[in-house]
Amino acid sequence: MTMTISTPSRAAEQPAAATPSRRKRTFGRDTRAGYAFLAPWLLGFFLLTAGPMVASLYLAFTDYNLFGAPSFVGLDNFRRLLTDPDYLQAWKVTGTYVVLGTPVKLIAALAVAMLLNTRFRGKGFYRSAFYLPSLVGASVSIAIVWKAMFIDKGPVDTIQQFFGAPAGGWVGRPEMTMPMLILLTVWQFGAPMVIFLAGLKQIPVQLYEAAAVDGAGPWRKFTRITIPMLSPVLFFNLLLETIHAFQIFNSAYIISSGTGGPARSTLFYTLYLYFRGFRDFQMGYASAMAWVLVVVIGIVTVIFFRSSRLWVHYSGESR
Amino acid sequence: MSTVTFDPSTAVDLATSAKLHQQAQARLRAKAVVFHVLVLVVVAVVLYPALWMVVSSFKPSSDIVGNVSLWPTHGSFANFRKALGGIGGVSFWTFFQNSVILAVGSVVGITVSCSVTAYAFARISFPGRNVFFVLMIGTLLLPFHVVIIPQYIVFNTLGLVNTYVPLLIGKFLAADAFFVFLMVQFMRNLPRELDEAARIDGAGHVRIFTSIMLPLMKPALVTSSIFAFIWSWNDFFGPLLYLKSPQFYTLPIALRLFVDQTSVSDYGAQMAMAVLALVPVLLFFLVFQRYLVEGVATQGLKG
Repeated sequence: MTMTISTPSRAAEQPAAATPSRRKRTFGRDTRAGYAFLAPWLLGFFLLTAGPMVASLYLAFTDYNLFGAPSFVGLDNFRRLLTDPDYLQAWKVTGTYVVLGTPVKLIAALAVAMLLNTRFRGKGFYRSAFYLPSLVGASVSIAIVWKAMFIDKGPVDTIQQFFGAPAGGWVGRPEMTMPMLILLTVWQFGAPMVIFLAGLKQIPVQLYEAAAVDGAGPWRKFTRITIPMLSPVLFFNLLLETIHAFQIFNSAYIISSGTGGPARSTLFYTLYLYFRGFRDFQMGYASAMAWVLVVVIGIVTVIFFRSSRLWVHYSGESR
Repeated sequence: MSTVTFDPSTAVDLATSAKLHQQAQARLRAKAVVFHVLVLVVVAVVLYPALWMVVSSFKPSSDIVGNVSLWPTHGSFANFRKALGGIGGVSFWTFFQNSVILAVGSVVGITVSCSVTAYAFARISFPGRNVFFVLMIGTLLLPFHVVIIPQYIVFNTLGLVNTYVPLLIGKFLAADAFFVFLMVQFMRNLPRELDEAARIDGAGHVRIFTSIMLPLMKPALVTSSIFAFIWSWNDFFGPLLYLKSPQFYTLPIALRLFVDQTSVSDYGAQMAMAVLALVPVLLFFLVFQRYLVEGVATQGLKG
């Protein structure tokens, strides 16, 4: 149940080759076949990933508007980022979303997964029902529905007023758009939940039985057995959801009608990058933004992997 | 012949144990009731927005705002007629067709290119494989924004903006590492004896791949196809970037335009269009929900 991403093992792959010359021949044939099979991916990797990455790194140090030739400006773009109030706002918005949205979503996912990890019937149905939002949640359709639900006098407003909260809707209020978008991501807890559920199933029941004999209560069982045993899955979900959260675009675009408003409250990083790159055609500036994002996500990933040694417990065997 | 003697103490024991059993049963039943009530409440909350969308699409706009109820009092298909009317002279079916073309193209591209790539990583031994495998996994974590600008510049220079080429080429070149990874993981669990035997019989890699691997990896191919279709169907950023004329628009882009153009208060038509744009995804979900849910579970755990 470990999430180590190991490279394919080289052992036990060749059929026991008899003579060195024959081994050499099959080896050469394998090399040719390997690269032939890998050709589409290699082409894609160099043309669509590696090449563009190099180009983007170069563009980050230039001023380029798609029409003239890129002109080298050194660190100007990065210096400008530091003093661009919209850019700093984009970080504030994105950071808030990542830091608040991801844990809440994972807690919801874990809570429901634990609820479903029981011996009662109907789990298949429930699991699927909870998974549905994960499938449609990023769509334009749902973003539109979400917006309609939170408008002035919309359903949420009506329910809110029933409980005595003031009316006014969430969409037009800068301080309410973030909770609204966080609720949208939390609503899509189904995908991490399914992964949690699969992880919970792998925890041996005997551990809980032994703990019960020793007089452990539910909380103790949760903190001393469930969490440590689940930590590889928790790590996987946390990493994936965090990286995912940094890149939110669709719902922010739709809910703000492509403006990042009201009052720049939904000016997410990717939205601002889109504005600069593809609306204002400041390709160099946008490239610099993209690279800062890559570096930040890279640093967060490294921190996660480093810290995982402290809190992720892999049970003895690694499959 | 033994005589049956009546022992009152055993009778009492039986009675108490039966009673205990009954009590345990009752407790379990009560627990089950609590469980189902609790989960059903969560289900209701989670499914409410989706149901509200569907119900609202049948309501007149005046009845949508402020109406929490899921029961249409005077339902009609007027909203759907309006939504199917299309936008700016382009009919809904054109957008639908465009979405189908891109989704089917994605499925074909991804299943072909990713399975071939996965075979190379999982079953062929050659120098450089491990390096490339690590790079492939690395692209999983890479935010696509870092490549999107140069890609756009290249496609723009080649005059390919406002065509489907930029949206499909990556699918045919196995750019979606998620699917490659999924298939590699699946192939690693297939018995090696099969291809070893085939090799001894003189079969080459093409033969082994097409007649042994592909039939065996049908579950992985089905899962990948479903996800590829749905993700392509829901994709917004790619079409937003590359499609400029309405006759090439996919449903998500058309939907956004529709919302921008319909008067602010015509929520009924917007909901109908939103529902129509989601119909294939909802159908896929109903038919393949087991594959979808399990596809996610295994993707996260095998390793």
